Amino acid sequence: MGKQSNYEDTISRQYRELMEHCKGHLEKMDQTLPEPVEDFQTLLQERGISRRSFIKWTSMTTAALMLSPIFRPMVAKAAEQFSRLPVVWLHFAECTGCSEALLRSSYPNVDSILLDTISLEYHETLMAAAGHQAEENLEKAVKDFAGKFVCVIEGALPKGMNGKYLTLGPKGKTGLEIAKEVTSKAAAVICIGSCSSFGNVQAAKPNPTDAAGIGDALGIKTVNIAGCPPNPANFTGTLLHFLMFGALPPLDSLGRPIWAYGKRIHDFCERRPHYDAGEYVEEWGDSGAQRGWCLYKVGCKGPYTFANCSKVRFNDGISWPVMGGHGCMGCTEPGFWDTMAPLEKPIADKTIGGGEKTVDKIGAVLTGVTVAGIAAHAGLSALKHRGQDKE
Amino acid sequence: MSKRIVVDPITRIEGHLRIEVEVDDNIIKDAWSSITLWRGIETILKGRDPRDAGLMVQRFCGVCTYSHYEASIMACEDAFGVKPPPIARIVRNLINGAQYLTDHVMHFYHLHGLDWVDIVSALSADPRKAVEMAKGYHANPYNCSETHYKAVQERLTKFVKSGRLGPFANAYWGNASYKLPPEANLIIVSHYLDALQLSKVGAQMMAIFGGKNPHPQTLVVGGITSVADALDVHRIGEYLFRLKEFKNFVDTAYIPDVLIAATYYKDEGAAGIGAGVKNYLAYGGFELDDDGHTLLFPRGLVRAGDIANPLALDEKKITEEVYHSWYKGGEGLHPYEGKTEPNYTGFDSNTHLKGDEKYSWCKSPQYDGQPYEVGPLARFIVAYAQGHTEIKGLVDNTLKAAGLPVTVLFSTLGRTAARALETKYLGDHMEEWINDLVTRIKGGDTRTWTRCDVPDKGEGRGMVEVPRGALGHWVKIDNKVISNYQAVVPSTWNCAPRNKAGKRGPYEESLIGTKMANVDQPLEILRTIHSFDPCMACAVHIIDPKTNEVKEYKVA
Repeated sequence: MGKQSNYEDTISRQYRELMEHCKGHLEKMDQTLPEPVEDFQTLLQERGISRRSFIKWTSMTTAALMLSPIFRPMVAKAAEQFSRLPVVWLHFAECTGCSEALLRSSYPNVDSILLDTISLEYHETLMAAAGHQAEENLEKAVKDFAGKFVCVIEGALPKGMNGKYLTLGPKGKTGLEIAKEVTSKAAAVICIGSCSSFGNVQAAKPNPTDAAGIGDALGIKTVNIAGCPPNPANFTGTLLHFLMFGALPPLDSLGRPIWAYGKRIHDFCERRPHYDAGEYVEEWGDSGAQRGWCLYKVGCKGPYTFANCSKVRFNDGISWPVMGGHGCMGCTEPGFWDTMAPLEKPIADKTIGGGEKTVDKIGAVLTGVTVAGIAAHAGLSALKHRGQDKE
Repeated sequence: MSKRIVVDPITRIEGHLRIEVEVDDNIIKDAWSSITLWRGIETILKGRDPRDAGLMVQRFCGVCTYSHYEASIMACEDAFGVKPPPIARIVRNLINGAQYLTDHVMHFYHLHGLDWVDIVSALSADPRKAVEMAKGYHANPYNCSETHYKAVQERLTKFVKSGRLGPFANAYWGNASYKLPPEANLIIVSHYLDALQLSKVGAQMMAIFGGKNPHPQTLVVGGITSVADALDVHRIGEYLFRLKEFKNFVDTAYIPDVLIAATYYKDEGAAGIGAGVKNYLAYGGFELDDDGHTLLFPRGLVRAGDIANPLALDEKKITEEVYHSWYKGGEGLHPYEGKTEPNYTGFDSNTHLKGDEKYSWCKSPQYDGQPYEVGPLARFIVAYAQGHTEIKGLVDNTLKAAGLPVTVLFSTLGRTAARALETKYLGDHMEEWINDLVTRIKGGDTRTWTRCDVPDKGEGRGMVEVPRGALGHWVKIDNKVISNYQAVVPSTWNCAPRNKAGKRGPYEESLIGTKMANVDQPLEILRTIHSFDPCMACAVHIIDPKTNEVKEYKVA
């Protein structure tokens, strides 16, 4: 009994401290961030989001971020501050799919408001100014908000030929130079998508431009919102966490937030019962495909891939690749174009380049991540336990 | 004295584009367009399973996120000798159609709109007069009321007063080249905001049969995988519901807004500002029957603006040159034979492009040795010249209503208007495809895939029409893996640097003769370049370098 209450005390104290830190940080942000352009409550009203559904959203987001329910008011506060956080968004070797994904995010609806009102001080796809004026905007944002802005990066950095596979701006600076200048002044660097996280398609073998993710290319710590493109909810959640604690959320060994990337696609897949029952799609368009059976034999990489796609889905939850009958291609994992290829075959059948070696390599990565996942799971169980006690 | 102006980055596009112009007395005398990023994806494709190529080349671009996927799958189907079943063809058309609608609307409002529309001027509009104006262009305009327009104004005013304009900061508001009255600016700005919401609906349409957007994931060589969605009437209903919502926006906002712009910018259109090379090419797209004989967009050419004499297209006459591109090599080569190695020579000592030498990562595609423009305008001019009843009728009626001659098509305004008319034309046909799909399912046809396997050896091409124009992928297979891969992309055609004879590419030529109101503000340059809907990441690629290592390059 004594042991149990000691444990409870420790947990309570830890929570109290964390709450204090969170409150203090939000207050500090309230004082230091630029004034809001639009009042958040009015915005919610205009978009027809009732007080009740906003509270629902905060509860859901609190749980998704693996926080105790007592943090719900803090999540609400952070949501209010969201549009005040200056964001400088850089594009390097990429396809703009991540920007598109965010622009078209519509689920859940509060996330969509956050993304609509995000304070983009610099974003080449959207900004009206070009050329010299665009360059001035970048310089001004970095100067005015030095140490305060969040630098979001979409795209890998080509390191080959001294970075000259990519030049930007009237002075023809390389992507590498600009990335170094801007990230050194940022409060945090968030890599959106698998290109800035891990290099992605341009870094696939033989990687002709020696492209790499931002963390690798600059030797800095980044949070990696992996995916091609990632789910927009994983981006908003990470920014909310940053607003609440002044720190990035707990990450796995690959820099991905555990709250979003701590679980395997396979474990929460709607087709999982068919896997367990041995019911597989044997070839495209067969009767199994019509009945929604498991896609493992036609190359689904869900068993090797950590992400929340199976739970959050895409485009207002309307579908996701497994629902679309194709299966997962592992796009949140580093080097997936090489380690998961050929995409229409299970990895066990892979023979090109020595099957053993590849399977071993994937196994190693998996183990590392699983350990992080188990740790996170233990934490979540503790929180759950705590919540029940309170009731 | 002439002055060199550098615009880099060109914003509101996909990718990294640099434009340099030579200006004399505010008139553009010469121009160079350069793509400043190379990713080498086609090098990466070598040695891979051809069935993986579709998903990889899709990563050329997240804006035209479906286009390369389909072209690659079709190139492989040609090489494998397989034809997808009718249901797969229809579903692909539906995904591609959703891509067109979303792309075109987003392009007009979010990427191109601010070249025509002065946001700050909208603040001084009279909302009541704006309602009157909107009703002059459509009987029941989209989201049109005095209260709504006032609310939009208030929202904008808050932004301006806060001093934090975000993406609208430091732009060209008040430039003399903005021609719209305040009320017109207010109407289109209000639709700018509406269209942000609408693009989500378009993305959902694509995701219903595509699994997600961007980067749908339901095509395979021989068919589609979204079997459960394609054969489910509820899913088809979800698509149809969104299509109707989208069409309503096109009819009551997009088309009227383009007509408003045409009213106030018609002099520029009539003067042919932004015309460019006046050669137009279309591969033809959207197969509407099982034999592939009926196409929604016809295939063909128009040379030197001569719409009285349309020409047939011969795929063998397509080549790519690299005389002014940062690659080694000489004569133009057909895509099957293309061989290229990077040869970066950088900028001159003033950080300007070396216009007489190599100056872009973009290659220069040619048809019969000439540069050609591709895109919605090219599709419409080719169809018009061939006497395509429906498209010709749509164009003639619009021109008649606006009181403009057919030659106005050869301009920046014509390019923008053709894209809007195309959206309407396509949207009106998509419902028929849904009926076709339902009829076939009712008749018991549930085939979604044709069995096939990778051949030991083969070659194939996929030539389609995508939102930005004619797209071709060429694949060669040896020992069951890719031995050669080449994509000639719409933006490669349009962004091409000079050819062997020194003739400018479509972007470059389109800028010549344009008068700039203020040489420090590249507004007119942006307007014309954006009218092509540039997509740079797509445009740059390379095949078959002799070695895979990154060599040392001498950088000037």
